[in-house]
Amino acid sequence: MGRKLLLENDHIEGIHSYEVYRKNGGYKSVEKALKSMTPEAVVEEVKKSGLRGRGGAGFPTGMKWSFLAKPEGVPRYLVCNADESEPGTFKDRYLMERIPHLLVEGMITSSYALGANTGYIYVRGEYFYIIKILEQAISEAYTNGWLGKNILGTGYNLDLYVQCGAGAYICGEETALLESLEGKRGNPRIKPPFPAVKGLWECPTVVNNVETIAAVVPIVNDGGDAYAAIGIGKSTGTKLISASGHIKKPGVYEIELGVSVEEFIYADEYCGGILNDKKLKAVVAGGSSVPILPADLILKTASGEKRLMTYESLADGGFATGTMLGSGGFIVMDESTSIVKNLHTFARFYHHESCGQCSPCREGTGWMEKILHKILDGHGTLADVDLLWDIQRKIEGNTICPLGDAAAWPVASAIRHFKSEFEAYVTNRKSIPDVKYYFHCNNLDAAAAYSSL
Amino acid sequence: MAKVTIDGITIEVADGTTILQAARMIGPDVAPPTMCYYSKLKTSGGYCRTCLVEVSKGSEKDPRPMPKLVASCRTGVMDGMEVKNTSSEKVRDARAGVVEFLLLNHPLDCPVCDQAGECHLQDLSYEHGNYKTRTEFERRTFDKIDIGNKIQLHMTRCILCYRCVKTAEQITDGRVHGVINRGDHAEISTYVEQAIDNDFSGNVIDVCPVGALTDKTFRFKSRVWFTKPMYAHRNCDKCSGKVSLWYKGDDVLRVTGRKDQWGEVEEFICNTCRFDKKSTSDWVIEGPAPINRHSVISANKYAKLVKPKEFTLNDIKAITD
Repeated sequence: MGRKLLLENDHIEGIHSYEVYRKNGGYKSVEKALKSMTPEAVVEEVKKSGLRGRGGAGFPTGMKWSFLAKPEGVPRYLVCNADESEPGTFKDRYLMERIPHLLVEGMITSSYALGANTGYIYVRGEYFYIIKILEQAISEAYTNGWLGKNILGTGYNLDLYVQCGAGAYICGEETALLESLEGKRGNPRIKPPFPAVKGLWECPTVVNNVETIAAVVPIVNDGGDAYAAIGIGKSTGTKLISASGHIKKPGVYEIELGVSVEEFIYADEYCGGILNDKKLKAVVAGGSSVPILPADLILKTASGEKRLMTYESLADGGFATGTMLGSGGFIVMDESTSIVKNLHTFARFYHHESCGQCSPCREGTGWMEKILHKILDGHGTLADVDLLWDIQRKIEGNTICPLGDAAAWPVASAIRHFKSEFEAYVTNRKSIPDVKYYFHCNNLDAAAAYSSL
Repeated sequence: MAKVTIDGITIEVADGTTILQAARMIGPDVAPPTMCYYSKLKTSGGYCRTCLVEVSKGSEKDPRPMPKLVASCRTGVMDGMEVKNTSSEKVRDARAGVVEFLLLNHPLDCPVCDQAGECHLQDLSYEHGNYKTRTEFERRTFDKIDIGNKIQLHMTRCILCYRCVKTAEQITDGRVHGVINRGDHAEISTYVEQAIDNDFSGNVIDVCPVGALTDKTFRFKSRVWFTKPMYAHRNCDKCSGKVSLWYKGDDVLRVTGRKDQWGEVEEFICNTCRFDKKSTSDWVIEGPAPINRHSVISANKYAKLVKPKEFTLNDIKAITD
């Protein structure tokens, strides 16, 4: 069993309450940072730890923090991105539900490191019940003197606010999140300027994922070097993986980066193998946006090495034979899954969630969905598959924010690795055995499908 | 100062200039097309992606090329930057893609559209688009909405360039005009179809690159190419009073702002000048308006025609030999 840093105390009864959390070593990092470390020293520890952004892009957090502009007399903000809306990802939800104080503690320590006196936690609208949990945790932190004016008598002030989103995928993009936080329509901003220079209310801002901020707590407690000792190469520390799909034990797992993909899927301590002992067909390794990989490529890289759960190993081979760790939404599909149907579900999602600001994404996502729908209906032609390829190629890289790429990559990878399946659909749809269950947005259907298994 | 090379032509521009502005300084052959950028409106641009260019050399200090195509209207120049516009295959391909995306839900009802002849999308698709359409799906449609008694909004034709939103935000009082919904269902709207009631609201018609916002006092009175524009001015206490009058015979059919060679108005004009002053006696006429490169009227009315060189017998001989 790998070492756990974030979910170490997750099994303890009542860990969501302040008393239990504090008894189990909670808020130690705040004491340590505020009383014995300078903000620069905290940033230095995070740099040493090699922590990389857990929201999907995997950008080194220490470097992001050091980019923060520090002009005189201008406030700085720390914003926590809890708009976890990537399909297949539910790790932040688990973390906030179970151990809300870990996030609050991380927010305090990180804000201190950045010199921010105001912090925001932007929670997606669908997590309305988590807002109550977080607000409860924050108010407990206020009563016990961890938040507010003059924390621990050090003269450091910090206020934390929770802001509720309205359920838009796009608001997980950091600049759209800031727009939404300012009370505007959640459209991504055009970069540059980057949030580190002009972010919230045109002030320098750092936007970090929930898990990233939570990971600052063990880094400050045990030191950056201890954190960097876990993992392989530039993928250090632990990562929460939301495992879902056709596996025996879906759920949130904290893994040490460097566990092999094969072990993660088949070992009993993790996913426990494929449901009903069927054959593995494909895996989406990091949330719906990242390229889908067939079984042989997800278990071994193109050069025949074992694929590991690290940023580098999963990306090995580029997009031709690799994928991304992304946000850790690990979706496993068994041999009965229809890739075309699954892709249609993803395409419908991106069509629904495109903000409509820039033309390739606004028009292209809808077009791709319609073509996939046509193919599913059995009216498609081989030319449609080529057209689909051409559309995704024209969206990718030409949009303001990464939503365009996120919509294009699944289409590109599905066609790249499963073209025969598209061709089969197009040429003889009837020959494909109808799949009883597949990822379907309609909950009633999914429930019925699972009950019939 | 920064030296920037666009399609092989070098120009020295002030720091902080965007690639697009630098290209426009060189000339219309090099300037990327724009559908959403409007030099008179702050924060406009970056949405339509027609002005994408390839930066093949970042700067003198950091010569690495930029990994993606960039929107030239929102990217500043660096000293020693090398930019490829139409000389790049990648750019031409991406631009054809953008045109295709813009036309995907655009009705192509040019024969009955009031903007025909001065429509930027028409020019764009002629210059950069594909020759045939690949879509077969139904286009999105909306009902026509009157915003005020002088302006009509026909969302079906809108390409969501956000120019009118920026105009409403920046030159009129109060924010009454914006975008609702998202994705390809997004629509320009006033709050619950409220009429816009302020002195400069008519400018949203001038900034609209397509026929989505039209002048109700001019709709269906004439095709644009049958009218001729004259520069005129009057003493107006609200605006500069410098306008273009569009004549058909002796009648003033409509009044618009004066447009420069990029199709952008030089100065915003007020609603009184635009909608209410429609007789020659209201105005001091300055003379015919210079030709706008985007205007279809330039083709046969005012431009000096350059006759193609005639083939002589010798030329034909030279080819056949």
